[in-house]
Amino acid sequence: MDHLGFIAAVYLTTFGVIIVLVAKTVKQGRDLASKVADKDKPWT
Amino acid sequence: MTSASSTTTQTFTAKVATPTTRLVGAMAIVSMAWVVLGGLFVTPSDVNQGDAVRIMYVHVPTAWVAYLAFIVTAIASACWLLSRKHAMGFDRVAGASAEVGVIFMAMTLLSGGLWGRITWGTYWAWDPRLTTTAFLLVTYIGYLAVRGLGGSLEQRARRSAVIALLAVLEIPLVHFSVLMWRSLHQRASVLSGDGDIKMDGSMLTTLLVGVIGFTCTFAWLVMHRSRVLAMQDAVQSSQLDAALQDRASESAGLK
Amino acid sequence: MSGLGARPISISRVARVIATKDLRIELRSRVVTNQVFPFAGLVMVMFAFALDNDAVLSRVAGGLVWLATLFSLIILVQRSFAVDSADGALEAQRVAGLDPAGIFIGKAIAVMAQLVVLEMLLLLAAVVLYRVELHISGVVLLVTCVICATAGLAFVGTLYGGLTAGARGRETLLPLLMLPVVAPVLIGATRATESAFTSGGAAVSDGWPWVGVLAVFAVVFAIGGILSFGSLIEE
Repeated sequence: MDHLGFIAAVYLTTFGVIIVLVAKTVKQGRDLASKVADKDKPWT
Repeated sequence: MTSASSTTTQTFTAKVATPTTRLVGAMAIVSMAWVVLGGLFVTPSDVNQGDAVRIMYVHVPTAWVAYLAFIVTAIASACWLLSRKHAMGFDRVAGASAEVGVIFMAMTLLSGGLWGRITWGTYWAWDPRLTTTAFLLVTYIGYLAVRGLGGSLEQRARRSAVIALLAVLEIPLVHFSVLMWRSLHQRASVLSGDGDIKMDGSMLTTLLVGVIGFTCTFAWLVMHRSRVLAMQDAVQSSQLDAALQDRASESAGLK
Repeated sequence: MSGLGARPISISRVARVIATKDLRIELRSRVVTNQVFPFAGLVMVMFAFALDNDAVLSRVAGGLVWLATLFSLIILVQRSFAVDSADGALEAQRVAGLDPAGIFIGKAIAVMAQLVVLEMLLLLAAVVLYRVELHISGVVLLVTCVICATAGLAFVGTLYGGLTAGARGRETLLPLLMLPVVAPVLIGATRATESAFTSGGAAVSDGWPWVGVLAVFAVVFAIGGILSFGSLIEE
């Protein structure tokens, strides 16, 4: 595969950033969900 | 110090995830796995671009999500301004969507730059599309800064909704003026040929799955992040309530 | 609309009163003449140091004039609202029931007046320092360009200045919000001014389409500002 470095860089950064963003969101959600009363969760 | 616990028992068990977000999340994971496998291994390399075409399966869906995010932000902002009750849900969707959009926009510019380096030999070209994309990124970084200015929730929602709608005025003007700027100066843009990619069936399918997968990821992120924002707002206002109650009990104790 | 019993004051009257007030403050305090104008002149000299080539300078003179204008615009707008928010004057005006559209137009007119004087000085500096040549045929284009560009800059500046007035961190936020929006003015005004200077072999007639862009820009943000200024300064 030519330009392997470039292709790998694109795939790694894109999916890496998405995974970090998802992980951060899940963690924030867990932390806050235990602190916030259910009546303040509009989606329930 | 007796905390004024309300008579109704409060529960804290509800999680952020709901069946809808779980379904969207599962769809996102499956299609993203397909994109990685299909994009890197299954699809053939392009006649003109060689293996560089594999960047397309990531770059194009990322760009699509970035633009989608800003459309969602603009629509949600307009809905907030127009809705009679000024429902905070619209404001949080606008904010969550802009947060996700800024990150995807940055990734679009990064992967586009790397792709451009291979195919055109340059990371950056003063092409209207590229320039407008960069301006969108900066504009929405400013939008997020405005959201962080503080003040009441209502004030935040009003300010940021107006900023989002002003961006809708700004971006076409920027795009048009850059278009005119370049067309008057030097014509042949590197993007004028538009890639010359000859797509076969598996390539088209992978690209389509990529768009679906990234869109699902975006939807999952916006749902989860707007729920996180809702809880952050609730924590903030409950802290405010507690502080007010402390002050009230203090002054009551002084009497 | 304010719920006051008094007869509402017309927008044009509010605008006139606010513009007169702002300009009178600037005339008396002399901050703009003694600090902002010298700053803009200094920027022009600094450009000459950075570029260090007479041919290049006369070629890019138009762009440098407008860049110096943008830098000064940031200071002018911050100054315009700092004067108000120091005494809570902006809130007082709102409480008094003045139409926010009138306040917006009035402050924009005051900024416009200061900018036009500044741009005249900068264009003069370009002729003297950068050795650009200005023919009679270019003067009409240049004057129209200055009017349209200044209107657009003043409207956008006032709009975002009003938003950041009274908020924490406004000093750093204003350029971040404002500069991307005025990018079309920088492009358009630079091209039109280069045509007026006929730098780089441009013809004077090339500049007129750009003046059209500048005019559209000014109209769009005048309307946008009139509609939204009230929401932005509301506390």
